[in-house]
Amino acid sequence: MFLGKVIGNVWATRKYETLKSFKMLFVQPINANYEEVGEPLVAIDTVGAGTGETIFYITASEAVIPLPVDMAPVDASIVGIVDTINN
Amino acid sequence: MFLGKVIGTVWSTRKDENLIGAKFLIVRHLDLEMKEKDNFVVAVDSVGAGEGETVLVATGSSSRQTSFTQNKPVDAVIMAIVDKLDVPLKDLLKKK
Repeated sequence: MFLGKVIGNVWATRKYETLKSFKMLFVQPINANYEEVGEPLVAIDTVGAGTGETIFYITASEAVIPLPVDMAPVDASIVGIVDTINN
Repeated sequence: MFLGKVIGTVWSTRKDENLIGAKFLIVRHLDLEMKEKDNFVVAVDSVGAGEGETVLVATGSSSRQTSFTQNKPVDAVIMAIVDKLDVPLKDLLKKK
């Protein structure tokens, strides 16, 4: 799992059929000091995150597991909203 | 998933027989200003995208999670056509 910050929304009307009801957000990966690392990515939101929030997300085929569908072409999902980071 | 722009089509007659019927598109990576980056992928289309459209591409084993690509030799699939982006915080974070 990785830390990230939600930086924006993506709207897509035409998407793969099992993804119809899901929200997609732009996530900038960050490190434990809230510094930007790497390139932004698009992730499916499963917890109700919003722009500006610090979140953690999972990648690769595991990203399908939190979704209530059998199959979905998703390689990143937000699975938690971070309250604080202690480091 | 990453943001990309469809810049072309790939035709291939001799390919793995599981891939017969697949539509291959060339997708170039885009940054948040919608500027084209240098890298690109060939992706199987699952939503009916066409040249010039902004799309989202899922890569890796996740790309086999559609009814067409299941258990097929595919590692990139177009799974959404982007209507609009709203990225208000793109310049807010400090670069490391």
